[in-house]
Amino acid sequence: MTTASLTKKDFITDQEVRWCPGCGDYAILSSVQSVFPDLGIPRENFVVVSGIGCAARFPYYMNTFGFHTIHGRAPAVATGIKVANPELSVWIATGDGDALSIGGNHIIHLMRRNVDIKVMLFNNRIYGLTKGQYSPTSEMGKRTKSTPFGSVDRPFNPMAVAIGSGATFVARSVDVYASHLKEVLGAAARHKGTAFVEIFQNCNIFNDGAWEPYREKELRDDNLIHLRHGEPLIFGKNADKGIRMSAPFTPEVVALSSTVTAKDLVVHDERGPAAYAFMLAQMEAPSFPVPVGVYRNVEAPVFDAAMHAQVDEVTAKKGLGDLEALLYSGDTWEVR
Amino acid sequence: MDTLGIATKTKEPIETLSRVVIRFAGDSGDGMQLTGTQFTATAAAIGNDLATFPDYPAEIRAPAGTLAGVSGFQVNFSSEDIFTPGDGPDVLVAMNAAALRANIRDLRPGGILVVNTDAFREADLTKAGYTHNPLEDGSLSGFRLYQVEITRLTRAALKETGLPQRIQDRCKNFFALGMMYYLYHRSMAVSTQWINHKFAKKPELAQANILAMKGGYAYCEAAEIFQVTYEVPPAHLAPGTYRNISGNQALALGLVAAAHKAGRPLFLGSYPITPASDILHELSQYKNFGVYTFQAEDEIAAVGSALGASFAGSIGLTTTSGPGMALKMEFIGLAIMVELPLIIVNIQRGGPSTGLPTKTEQADLLQSIYGRPSEAPCIVIAARSASDCFLAAYEAARLSIKHMTPVILLSDGYIANGAEPWKLPRIEDLPPIDVNFQTKTEGFLPYSRDPVTLARPWAIPGTPGLEHRVGGIEKSDGSGNISYDPENHEHMVHLRAEKVARVALDIPKSVVDGDPDGVLVLGWGSTYGAITSSVRHARADGVRVGHLHLRYLNPLPADLGEILARYDKVLVPEMNMGQLAMILRAKFLRDVTQLNKIQGQPFKESEILGAIQALGAGVRT
Repeated sequence: MTTASLTKKDFITDQEVRWCPGCGDYAILSSVQSVFPDLGIPRENFVVVSGIGCAARFPYYMNTFGFHTIHGRAPAVATGIKVANPELSVWIATGDGDALSIGGNHIIHLMRRNVDIKVMLFNNRIYGLTKGQYSPTSEMGKRTKSTPFGSVDRPFNPMAVAIGSGATFVARSVDVYASHLKEVLGAAARHKGTAFVEIFQNCNIFNDGAWEPYREKELRDDNLIHLRHGEPLIFGKNADKGIRMSAPFTPEVVALSSTVTAKDLVVHDERGPAAYAFMLAQMEAPSFPVPVGVYRNVEAPVFDAAMHAQVDEVTAKKGLGDLEALLYSGDTWEVR
Repeated sequence: MDTLGIATKTKEPIETLSRVVIRFAGDSGDGMQLTGTQFTATAAAIGNDLATFPDYPAEIRAPAGTLAGVSGFQVNFSSEDIFTPGDGPDVLVAMNAAALRANIRDLRPGGILVVNTDAFREADLTKAGYTHNPLEDGSLSGFRLYQVEITRLTRAALKETGLPQRIQDRCKNFFALGMMYYLYHRSMAVSTQWINHKFAKKPELAQANILAMKGGYAYCEAAEIFQVTYEVPPAHLAPGTYRNISGNQALALGLVAAAHKAGRPLFLGSYPITPASDILHELSQYKNFGVYTFQAEDEIAAVGSALGASFAGSIGLTTTSGPGMALKMEFIGLAIMVELPLIIVNIQRGGPSTGLPTKTEQADLLQSIYGRPSEAPCIVIAARSASDCFLAAYEAARLSIKHMTPVILLSDGYIANGAEPWKLPRIEDLPPIDVNFQTKTEGFLPYSRDPVTLARPWAIPGTPGLEHRVGGIEKSDGSGNISYDPENHEHMVHLRAEKVARVALDIPKSVVDGDPDGVLVLGWGSTYGAITSSVRHARADGVRVGHLHLRYLNPLPADLGEILARYDKVLVPEMNMGQLAMILRAKFLRDVTQLNKIQGQPFKESEILGAIQALGAGVRT
């Protein structure tokens, strides 16, 4: 199949999708199936890898190569796949529990190494498949089946974890905001290195409404701020508010007026210092609109490419391995 | 050839011996492993058969002079076939008081004892836990004691070098080595060459070590401390080319050879762990053989990355030891479920938990065969000696690829670090390893079966038209689609069991060494050497006894039941509480006599011989 003729239909499997009706995962699946045909990658070169959880069922619904692995370990398997064949476009579908709790160690090392793998973290701030326990992204005081009196631990901020781990591409989008999600996933696909995309995803069974201010059309313009490289940070239904630095790395919300104009606002720079991206990650409701789009997009050596380059370099220097010479190397002696 | 030659004749009378066991013992900073390795290299160059046993503490530098810090290296070199590093040493070189205290009980009565008297000061004795100086209290009168001021004499030999005393003192192991070269009539050429190569960038250190070695040699000659010197002629090994090899080195080479024969890259995912790390070190040198080594963030990622690489068409490998093995089990279950090749190497060590990291044990057999959730059958094989690790690793790869399922290869600390001469195989004699990736799209079903092996097709990403999904959820046979159907699950459980059971059709007939009836000594893994020696010894003494050593632990060989039935008594020596014995009883309803040792140390020949003699009393020829 040539890449030019691929359509969304080619990425739909014959398997019945078994997420709860109304789950945000349906919207994400649809967006991914729309983005993949346009990437110029042959279908057989896509591999979707997952761990355990609702999000982890994703590979079964993508008509690509897929590997549904074990809880939290998708980054390990995906790394092996990518190193074995760097031609492949390797994607991970994961959740907040899978990536940030049981798989925390793997996700940070994936980003540290900058393996050329795309991570989609479906963050619904709850454990869905185990029927409703709080997750590492649940807000403090969360009342769930396992925390009837409220959770007492502080949540992770996935953007901050990614930036802190040295991820070279860090972005955030929203499950039902299809046009935005497709744009972000396209940018992730084009990035060389680990691309980490957090997707606000609604679990309408166990944590319905967790992201309501960012999902509902009439609310999201006042609660989201779009990050666009080289453009000032402006938000609001009427584009009348913005983000200004009141002190270095200290953002504040300002209303645009005749005295406060776009020139006074922070101009988004994907390639800015990590501290700037980290500052964006700290902008949380209710004090701030939540930034969506590409927080950070920088270049760094890519692990799988470096590994192959080293093998090629050693092979060029030493010549292709000669097994007989290897076995018969060192101090040998003859017995007649 | 001069580098291999016997040294010039000594002036003392020369006695010829067929085998000698030397143990070098000192502080873990004294370089005893190096000294032993050098003596071994020279013995190999002369053509002795040999076996070595490095025994060192887990601490890199335990407090100097204490019992905890004692490191030892034992080498058995011989003009005859040998299978073990020897029960106890004939010669003990003790570089300090603690080394003497920790090792003296093993020295055979009348054995040669060389001590460095400079490390027997009051403080040294106290640290070693001596209340009296053993050199003075007559407790060593049963040995041929040679008291040598090794530290002082080394300093004297290095006086002209101008090196700081601290550096000079680090050369004293070469002084001791020089003494042993004199006593056993060995040329210093092999070690001189090695030192020059090793310290090519630090010629002053090369010179110092050579001076120390020559100093030890010259001291023996000048001071005439030995009344007699010895020679051990070359052994009559089978014709061929040999090299001295440790188990971990051989294992690494076996995997490189398998990947080479299969024509696929080898991907090692590993996390450092004693005593398996040397395989990672070794394989990371062979990048020009298409070897990709990935030092993962943990044991789980190590095996997971290897499984991912297998999915994408490389030969996936992970290497570890007991504690790491426990962490990998969930992934091994997944590999069984998705039916992909995966090689898991477990260099067993003393346990449970951290246990005895640098000591040996065979107690992961049940873990390997059964230690996963649910019904998760896995091929398990074991290496029996240092050089055998090559073929065992090769076989692990062959079975895993052919049968499309993981293989656990068991070795242990004893053979991993021990070394012996290895008769190098001819590449063309190695069995073929055929990789047949699925390319045909028509009628492709990810879980269709080879009629003989029941293996499923290996359909790797990047192959047009073969897009499919695998995963840990139960599969529908054929399509591989998710299935919760009760009958399908039972069918798949049986199918996975049958798939592993059929490996028994793919393994050679069992070969019993010795008598076809009487007592059978049935072993597996690194007990091979001690069992072989003791069985030969017992047969020479007139006991009717045979020896069967299992390579294949799961599935067991098809002819095992029939062989067990031929013998009156079955002795099963294991460095565990009786794990194989338990399996034999369960599978064959046959009682066996256990011989178990769980001291972190390999069996001695005498221990197994005693058990054979006790059992064989009634079945003499």
